[in-house]
Amino acid sequence: METRNLTCINCPMGCQLTVVTDGGEVVSVTGNTCPRGEIYARKEVTHPTRIVTSTVSVSGGVIPVVSVKTASDIPKESIQAVMDAVSGVCVNAPVSIGDVLLENIAGTGAALVATKNVAAKQL
Amino acid sequence: MNKAGLSYYDIVIIGGGPAGLAAAISAKESGADSILVLERDRELGGILNQCIHNGFGLHTFKEELTGPEYAARFISRFHELGIDCRLNTMVLDLKAEAPSGDEGSSNGCIKTITYSSRSEGLVQITAGAVILAMGCRERPRGALNTPGYRPAGIYTAGTAQRLVNIEGCMPGRRVVILGSGDIGLIMARRMTLEGAKVLAVAEVMPYSGGLKRNIVQCLDDYGIPLLLSHTVTEIKGKERVEAVVISEVDENRRPVPGTEKEYECDTLLLSVGLLPENELSRGAGVGISPVTSGPVVSESLETSVPGVFACGNVLHVHDLVDYVSEEAAAAGKRAAEYIKGGASAGSDTPCVPVKTGNGVRYTVPSYIHPDKAGERITLRFRVGDVYRDCAICVYLNDSRIARKKARILAPGEMQEVILSGDELRSFPDLTEIKVCIEAN
Repeated sequence: METRNLTCINCPMGCQLTVVTDGGEVVSVTGNTCPRGEIYARKEVTHPTRIVTSTVSVSGGVIPVVSVKTASDIPKESIQAVMDAVSGVCVNAPVSIGDVLLENIAGTGAALVATKNVAAKQL
Repeated sequence: MNKAGLSYYDIVIIGGGPAGLAAAISAKESGADSILVLERDRELGGILNQCIHNGFGLHTFKEELTGPEYAARFISRFHELGIDCRLNTMVLDLKAEAPSGDEGSSNGCIKTITYSSRSEGLVQITAGAVILAMGCRERPRGALNTPGYRPAGIYTAGTAQRLVNIEGCMPGRRVVILGSGDIGLIMARRMTLEGAKVLAVAEVMPYSGGLKRNIVQCLDDYGIPLLLSHTVTEIKGKERVEAVVISEVDENRRPVPGTEKEYECDTLLLSVGLLPENELSRGAGVGISPVTSGPVVSESLETSVPGVFACGNVLHVHDLVDYVSEEAAAAGKRAAEYIKGGASAGSDTPCVPVKTGNGVRYTVPSYIHPDKAGERITLRFRVGDVYRDCAICVYLNDSRIARKKARILAPGEMQEVILSGDELRSFPDLTEIKVCIEAN
């Protein structure tokens, strides 16, 4: 039996969750006040995921970088691999929200998409 | 054009961030036609443009957006509605004066706005109503009294955020963060992802001012220590930051001798609080709350100057942008009604103060005209300390009308209670509304 204490992040309540696992299987979740807390706790101890947000270089834009995100959440342990892949990306302006800048980033299956419109610089 | 030859707008909104955008959209949708937004940056969206992390809009759109995406939804609606805005435009002065010859009705008070921009120079315009939506500013190093030289490498967290996320440059490589406000937490993760080493986040209070979610996902995920009841007591380095000394503090927030620990670093980020930016409001004679540093407002979000409304972080600092948008939409609607003359600033209707009881630092609004309150009023407030297993209580005079249990209340998380307009109006001889925290 193994016990982990987590802080639920679903809402500003921040419930203190206690998760008991046995051989990778979740035995119990306590401390949550709503079902989302239990779902979060189960996921967080078995396969935690995150949306990664960052920026990539833009050439010819009104600003030098455009903000990006992974279109879906990726395994937490892949964050560094995703960041390494992000740092190699450079795009040409204009860029629009939702533009796919890289497919299947770092083998996670998630696309890297722009989250900001960056217009081309008027010469 | 009015008599003095100045352009006139029904509603001028100062600031094109989340509050200004939502106020403008709502005012337009409520029937106001002549609206102008003045924004000092080169684009609309305000601070959202540099908040590239996700988690915005869960309440409003039921999905998690990044800051720029959240802003873009409002910006596209703003443009769809054909609302006017001036970018790269800095408002320098706001005056609210009853025009001479007028019978002195409070509704006749005309607002004069002076702004400057590179393309137009110095310009004066007039407005029937003004919505203050200037947002807030970070507390700078000067507000901290930390001894030491003035080396390079000390930034507010928001400045660092702008440098990294908009300008595309890193302010440093080995970082200590003072203050655990949300921007500081977000920047701890952001700098780490960009290859910097964040050594620690020091927080003078025994609890963090940031959202739980940010403590988990920005610090815990990356093994960054959060040192509660600690502060920076010395900054070393003359040209560039070379190290900072962090000490433990006692219950009176005074450093405990002998607990000093030196952290070698080249950068110190400050995330030590936000202050509503109210220079223009003060200049216009708007009454300011000493607790929030924002205007004192009624249920209509109208300030002490008739026809001047306030919303968003200029009014009180919010932690979720969704609430800024909601509050700003209410201000926009009320400003539109003011212009139509429907719900004008009536000094003749009864006015009830909202008092803060045990544990409540402030409320917005701080007074209510029950006759103008409509169906429901959202009362937002913050607590002054961490309270566990307690209840938020609302009293009308001496009778308790609401009791909402809460497992935990923290100063970093804004609370709200909804009051029923009918209940206020039907209460006999209502002289006071009180919000307080009671043990459960």
